[in-house]
Amino acid sequence: MSGAWTPFLEFLFLRRALVGSAILATSMAPLGTLLILRRMSLVGDAMAHAVLPGAVAGFLLAGLSVWAMALGGFVAAIVVALLAALISRRTREYEESSFAALYLIALATGVAGVAATGGRVDLTHLLFGSVLAVDADGLVLAAVVATCTWCGLALLYRPLVLATLQESFFDGTHVAMLVQVAFTTLVVMNLVAGFQVLGTLMAVGLLILPAAAARHWATRLEALLGLSATIGLAAAVAGLMLSFQADLPSGPSIVLCAGLAYLLSVIASALRAHARRLDG
Amino acid sequence: MSAPVAEVAASVALESIHVRRGAVLALEDVTGEFAAGSLTALVGPNGAGKSTLLETLTGRLQPVRGRVRCPVPRPEIAYLPQLARIDLRVPVTVADFVALGDWCRVGALRGIPERLRQATVEALHQTGLEALAARRLAELSAGQLQRARFAQLLMRSPRLMLLDEPFAGMDEETTTRLVALIRGWHRGGLTLVVVLHDRELARELCPRTLLLDRRVLAWGPTEATIAHHRWRHVA
Repeated sequence: MSGAWTPFLEFLFLRRALVGSAILATSMAPLGTLLILRRMSLVGDAMAHAVLPGAVAGFLLAGLSVWAMALGGFVAAIVVALLAALISRRTREYEESSFAALYLIALATGVAGVAATGGRVDLTHLLFGSVLAVDADGLVLAAVVATCTWCGLALLYRPLVLATLQESFFDGTHVAMLVQVAFTTLVVMNLVAGFQVLGTLMAVGLLILPAAAARHWATRLEALLGLSATIGLAAAVAGLMLSFQADLPSGPSIVLCAGLAYLLSVIASALRAHARRLDG
Repeated sequence: MSAPVAEVAASVALESIHVRRGAVLALEDVTGEFAAGSLTALVGPNGAGKSTLLETLTGRLQPVRGRVRCPVPRPEIAYLPQLARIDLRVPVTVADFVALGDWCRVGALRGIPERLRQATVEALHQTGLEALAARRLAELSAGQLQRARFAQLLMRSPRLMLLDEPFAGMDEETTTRLVALIRGWHRGGLTLVVVLHDRELARELCPRTLLLDRRVLAWGPTEATIAHHRWRHVA
């Protein structure tokens, strides 16, 4: 095991990527738990795809600056979130296909934008992340976003749970809407902070997979939040090791590890259900 | 039985309201008053606009014409929608669910005060759910879940209570318990509107009845309303 840690001791860029993705994993996973419970996984996916054209626009305007690309990604994802909200309000029955349409449009715009940069931006890095990409600014961004997320979740926790359980509790007030806006903003901030190490296509992985895996083990909401963060953290560390050892992009490596945790959880859960049926 | 006592009873007046639901005009020219401290059965066939009227009273829907005169601030209106509108995937315990009813006064960050803990225990006791406090909502039967929702209502001190088909699909024991709770609230001075499908229950429980079919067909003392309009049993 100590051999696996050696590269992290040796290379500064790996340590940066490790710290960055570990911070994000502990902030994204609990957020993802609530995202799933609020049935917003698809919206999360659409918003993640929107980060790409936004980041490219930021690059075209201000060059290779983390802050410019993050701001561009943030604005684009918020636009998609607003469009998604508008669509789900107007056309309830076509919600799912509308979200799919949104993320296809966002992805196509982003790829076209990358082509417009004339090869100055590496599409693979943007889509799938790169351990080399995490600089000091990227770490600060991750830390700021994670701190905002933890504080925001603490503040939002009770109204968020209530609004998720029974939205009608807040009928006639603006509480449910304010909670939704604040929550969506936190999700977008995390997706934006995640695009360096995870890539825009994979950022949503640390949001959804650890939370989906944890749902097979935890029965209490508090446990679910804690367990999803733990699974996310483990996936981030294991994924970075895999990325370095197998020379894979960091985003897919981390998502593969989270995906493995998810699949094992599904199998364990199916085996438990089977054993219960045999007992009963 | 300790019921929340309204400090000032609330009356709600509807002045010729028209309410749209999507493309459909769900309520047309509805005029009348829920008097302070009254207990009114809201009855009518499916699609008559009963739920629409409750959602208009909560402020979720706005009339396209006419006006609702409701002097009650929103936190003092308690609304119990139909059972289907609750998401059981959220893994919270019955006790937490009930305690959340008082969220407005506890706020977002403070710890749970002792007063709230005791009130939760009392609400669980009144609804016969003490033994199920640590269970998750998803593990409850429909009747137990409805009792948990009533326990959550007990945690609030509303002045106006709007209940949408609270007895639909409930067994006799649960119905008896819930009826007793509603009677307690009525005695405590709350203004209550209850959507019902059962004529006998309306007779037994509610002094007044509003018979609705997009428009007001009758609105007055229950016996007179039912007799006058030969309201058919639609449950």
